[in-house]
Amino acid sequence: MSDTTFARLDVLKTYKLYVGGKFPRSESGRVYEVTDSKGEWLANAPLGTRKDARDAVVAARAAVKGWAGTTAYNRGQVLYRVAEMLQGRREQFAAEVALSEGVGPKKAAALVDAAIDRWVWYAGWTDKVAQIAGGANPVAGPYFNLSTPEPTGVVGIVAPQAGYGHSLLGLVSVIAPAIATGNTVVVAAAADAPLPALSLGEVLATSDVPGGVVNILSGRTADIAPTLASHQDVNAVDLTGAIAADGPGAAQALEAAAADTLKRVVRPELDPFAQDWTNAPGTDRLLSFLETKTVWHPMGI
Amino acid sequence: MAKKKNIEEPAAKPAGGLFTYAPAPESPAAAGDIASSYGHFIGGEFVDSSGSEALKTVNPATEQVLAEFAQGTDEDVDRAVAAARKAFADWSTLPGSERAKYLFRIARIIQERGRELAVLESIDNGKPIRETRDFDIPTVAAWFFYYAGWADKLDYAGFGANPRPLGVAGQVIPWNFPLMMLAWKIAPALATGNTVVLKPAETTPLTALRFAEICRQAGLPKGVVNIVTGDGRTGAALTAHPDVNKVAFTGSTPVGRAIAKQLAGSRKKLSLELGGKAANIVFDDAPIDQAVEGIVNGIFFNQGHVCCAGSRLLVQESVQDELLDALKRRMSTLRVGDPLDKNTDIGAINSAAQLARITELTDAGEAEGADRWSPECELPGTGFWFKPTIFTGVSQAHRIAQEEIFGPVLSVLTFRTPDEAVQKANNTPFGLSAGIWTEKGSRILWTANRLKAGVVWANTFNKFDPTSPFGGYKESGYGREGGRHGLEAYLDV
Repeated sequence: MSDTTFARLDVLKTYKLYVGGKFPRSESGRVYEVTDSKGEWLANAPLGTRKDARDAVVAARAAVKGWAGTTAYNRGQVLYRVAEMLQGRREQFAAEVALSEGVGPKKAAALVDAAIDRWVWYAGWTDKVAQIAGGANPVAGPYFNLSTPEPTGVVGIVAPQAGYGHSLLGLVSVIAPAIATGNTVVVAAAADAPLPALSLGEVLATSDVPGGVVNILSGRTADIAPTLASHQDVNAVDLTGAIAADGPGAAQALEAAAADTLKRVVRPELDPFAQDWTNAPGTDRLLSFLETKTVWHPMGI
Repeated sequence: MAKKKNIEEPAAKPAGGLFTYAPAPESPAAAGDIASSYGHFIGGEFVDSSGSEALKTVNPATEQVLAEFAQGTDEDVDRAVAAARKAFADWSTLPGSERAKYLFRIARIIQERGRELAVLESIDNGKPIRETRDFDIPTVAAWFFYYAGWADKLDYAGFGANPRPLGVAGQVIPWNFPLMMLAWKIAPALATGNTVVLKPAETTPLTALRFAEICRQAGLPKGVVNIVTGDGRTGAALTAHPDVNKVAFTGSTPVGRAIAKQLAGSRKKLSLELGGKAANIVFDDAPIDQAVEGIVNGIFFNQGHVCCAGSRLLVQESVQDELLDALKRRMSTLRVGDPLDKNTDIGAINSAAQLARITELTDAGEAEGADRWSPECELPGTGFWFKPTIFTGVSQAHRIAQEEIFGPVLSVLTFRTPDEAVQKANNTPFGLSAGIWTEKGSRILWTANRLKAGVVWANTFNKFDPTSPFGGYKESGYGREGGRHGLEAYLDV
């Protein structure tokens, strides 16, 4: 034992992207400074690029078959497992949320609790959504006719960048409903508050969520979001966090890019800054990334 | 018995070599009076256009001009949207049970005037009277009847309590099922409390204008339904109008894409029902005769002018010869000709432009090396006609395997394993519909589960019902029409 006394130096975390179940640095090798709400340096986050976004789409596409093909019961257990893992790291996330959003420790802890509960809410939805969104249709003829909701495929998500609770609770509120129904996602994390998102990747990696189902990128929204909106192999985009007034990352530009391949689009709120992510989520997002498939078969002997 | 030859053989070989048919013509007069020129229907009145440009609609079976109608101007669209906006306040607050009764009235009047509408539709569109009489018009009535019943039950539709209408709906519809597409658009919009401005296609405006008369007979409040005619310019003015809250479009994927771009950044809700290139998959254990009927119905129904047409036949290699022989035999019995003859199976191609498109793509099919076959059949001297046609030896890269032909042309591809069938079926940017033919139930469900298509017909094809949601995956559009799902497109949810 040393007899010299000094304050122990913390081990800082190298924040990395979360793609295909792995934690790569950006292919660019570049990082950007993340600061707290007062402008103090917190960490260097990877500066995800267009290439990183394309790689993430490849990972997400590869994961669709397995994830959409697993049973709804199983997906529910996996989502519940995420809540368990998040609960275990509650203090770490509360600290990150407090720094990211400039809220006090009590409020930050409540926001993390709400995020955990939101995973639980969606975990319970996986094996019920087909019963509220599908069903038998009484057609006027001797046919069996059934409508079932199916996942759209790969969803590009511009994570919330504003509103109360956006950095973690908002993020969970957009990821969980998309994957609950069997989609896989590529998330452009809030550019100014990416740390809870990058840490969430670590939670997902230890939660039985198959690699590639959720992919999280930090970086400039104006780089990553247009890549997702225009990508031929992305089926839908959630533009909740597209709050730029203009430029390639603005909601209008992204929606126009998404129109080229007729992606399903979720538009941002009229005033994203007024959004309170602690509000009850309802089923809107859960039903946004579904396709209704209707199967007919004659009845007879 | 087969050798008994005491009956003289008919002089001319009848179609298919089976039966001769005496003509069974429907009377064109049953279509009622067709005016020489039409304006728009705005605010409950037939009004003249603010412009002077007129378009002509022709009978595609005779190339005779049926009527002139107005090319809607920006000002016309503006007036119609204003009329719809004005009507919205009262219509949206009317008790649902009262809105329902208006829609029930419309459904009943359509049934009453069914023959008139069927003949008018056949004349304006070129489709066989048998189809307008037995399919289009009954489906139109059924659609209004179904959505009428929803108008006072929206609280129970699964969109929360008291779901609100969106406002003014701008609706643009195609020419392949003119009145039926109108019904698919207007019935759910009105049931949910919206008011509408609808633009029919520029080759088939007549039944929409006749529907305006039906609205008057039903006593529908002025401005709840407005009809503005014209071509794509009028449609673009409507979808772009700032006071339109909802846009619904059925038509081609390129136009749908353009509308989606146009609406980017707006708060307008959009639903799109676009093109398709449906695979009709025949497994080796399929009931061949039933499958052949399904294939014929899938691609030759309505001259193949069907977005969900089974335009790609995927047949398992081991039954290819047997199936194609039976299919060709059956195709030889198809009767192409006068749409008003009740025996006619395949009517006229809707327009010269569409005929040119079909011709271009079938020429490309030959040029790219596919083998073309059509039964022998005589086509009338005037009008727009195309023989039922199949292409064999088609590869996935051929244009006729990728592009929507929208005509009576079937591309035949083969497969060996179920996996290969699914892979080929999904190898298209479209995803509207698909067909499966097999006697094995588990194989139906396995295949249906893997197909990226909004409607899957197993051991049947081209079946529609107002209770059954219809709409596509991928670039076939988004949103559903029909059923409880169809309400969502017109509610603020």
